Amino acid sequence: MMSEIEMSRRGVLAGSAAAAALVAAPQVEAQPAKAPAPAPAPAPATMPVSLAVNGKRRDLNLDTRTTLLDALREHLKLTGTKKGCDHGQCGACTVIVNGERINSCLSLAVQHQGDEVKTIEGLGTPDKLHPMQAAFVRHDGYQCGYCTPGQICSAVAVLDEIKRGVPSHVQADLSARPQPTNIEMRERMSGNICRCGAYSNIAEAMAEVAGGEA
Amino acid sequence: MKPFTYERAKTPAEAAAAVARQPGAKFLAGGTNLLDLMKLEIETPRHLVDVQDLKLDRIEPTTDGGLRIGALVTNTALAADTRVRRDYGVLTRAIVAGASGQLRNKATTAGNLLQRTRCPYFYDPNMPCNKRKPGSGCAAIGGYSRQLAVIGSSDQCIATYPGDMAVAMRVLDATVETVKADGTTRAIPIADFHRLPGDKPHLDNNLEAGELITAVTVPRPLGGTHHYEKVRDRASYAFALVSVAAVIQKDGSGRAAFGGVAHKPWRVEAADALMTQGAAAVTARAFANARPTEDNAFKIPLATRALAATIAEGKSA
Repeated sequence: MMSEIEMSRRGVLAGSAAAAALVAAPQVEAQPAKAPAPAPAPAPATMPVSLAVNGKRRDLNLDTRTTLLDALREHLKLTGTKKGCDHGQCGACTVIVNGERINSCLSLAVQHQGDEVKTIEGLGTPDKLHPMQAAFVRHDGYQCGYCTPGQICSAVAVLDEIKRGVPSHVQADLSARPQPTNIEMRERMSGNICRCGAYSNIAEAMAEVAGGEA
Repeated sequence: MKPFTYERAKTPAEAAAAVARQPGAKFLAGGTNLLDLMKLEIETPRHLVDVQDLKLDRIEPTTDGGLRIGALVTNTALAADTRVRRDYGVLTRAIVAGASGQLRNKATTAGNLLQRTRCPYFYDPNMPCNKRKPGSGCAAIGGYSRQLAVIGSSDQCIATYPGDMAVAMRVLDATVETVKADGTTRAIPIADFHRLPGDKPHLDNNLEAGELITAVTVPRPLGGTHHYEKVRDRASYAFALVSVAAVIQKDGSGRAAFGGVAHKPWRVEAADALMTQGAAAVTARAFANARPTEDNAFKIPLATRALAATIAEGKSA
């Protein structure tokens, strides 16, 4: 697997660095004593993790450092979910966990033992699109498409949040139920960045789905 | 990311003991800030104690008419709670002004209090930073400081506390409840929770090693109108240049706390007493000892205007 190749490559690099340090040792010894070396880093640890991904139980044994995003992409080969910034700033990695959208790049896979994860692959297929996927196609809700899986997962969850009455920054009256207006869509989708600027078409796609649901 | 081991604690006391026992151990709740910092190797925990199973995810009434908010209540759940929307609107307003929907679904009440500064020099491991690496210096002083502190800073650090929720918690006089590794508990007023940088800017707050936040309580409702005015470089999903959390009463009295201006949510009770005299009187007192840089001196008049906007909003409500 890709991740194993990467890990062994990392090991080789660490080995080379150690060898280089050995060669350089005599010169280092000639220098005045420096602060004591920090305690050696712990060796990589692995743990078993079970996730229900798109309705199917998946059992993995992962380095604890593996994010939910990397577990999905590199280990389960579900490459629909995209890695954009890898720091929770762009939303390309958005997936739906236990019914709520999150940034899969800012979550460790081991935090999700037993969780239900829905990715773009679980929303619809090319033959049977989810209504939101169909609406994105109809309204041209993308250009390059890289942010699209995250946009669609986020959009599906946003309509559910509005239905459940989750408040937003643009709501004038906190006691009122939020409505699927254009300004609400734009505010609630602000965690999904689209470099191509398809925002207005995305909001229209969402409005169509919200209208159909009402 | 540096390698680490991982465990899930079953009780708050067990979690506190697990972190205190192991050098380099840290609590993990939502992880939205910690994971970001671990990827950059600004945080390098050797062991993570995941607290998600501690059942601290409830909001319950207190005997004195307030609310006890479990440490693990998510930002979304807290903002959406009917009681919070009705009686503590400033809290809902502050939370939904912060981060994105995805982050608010994962971020917790305690984790939000503990988020670290977004000072660009703290985030860049190639730069000196007394907060990241004590004694290395501060590249922000004399550097690009537009986002940074105007008051309460020291000659070692001009970072700001970045959050919104805590600014509302400060105006509500919330209390942070904790448990220590030996099982003892304590209650810390929010005013004493975050620190000013002084000569120890690496310490963001007054928690001890292994001390775990279990809840945040808010006292009985204040009434009045609740406001959170956040001024930022884009309309959504950006940190505050200046924010104001305010509760204004019918007679024009009230209280206000400011975000984006200091190493902690900034509130001066003596300034609150001047609320009926208008925003300029309040901020003149609240920012009396300000020492802004050339880049961020604009924040002080901006704070006055943001407060004036909330007072006007209160009058028209």
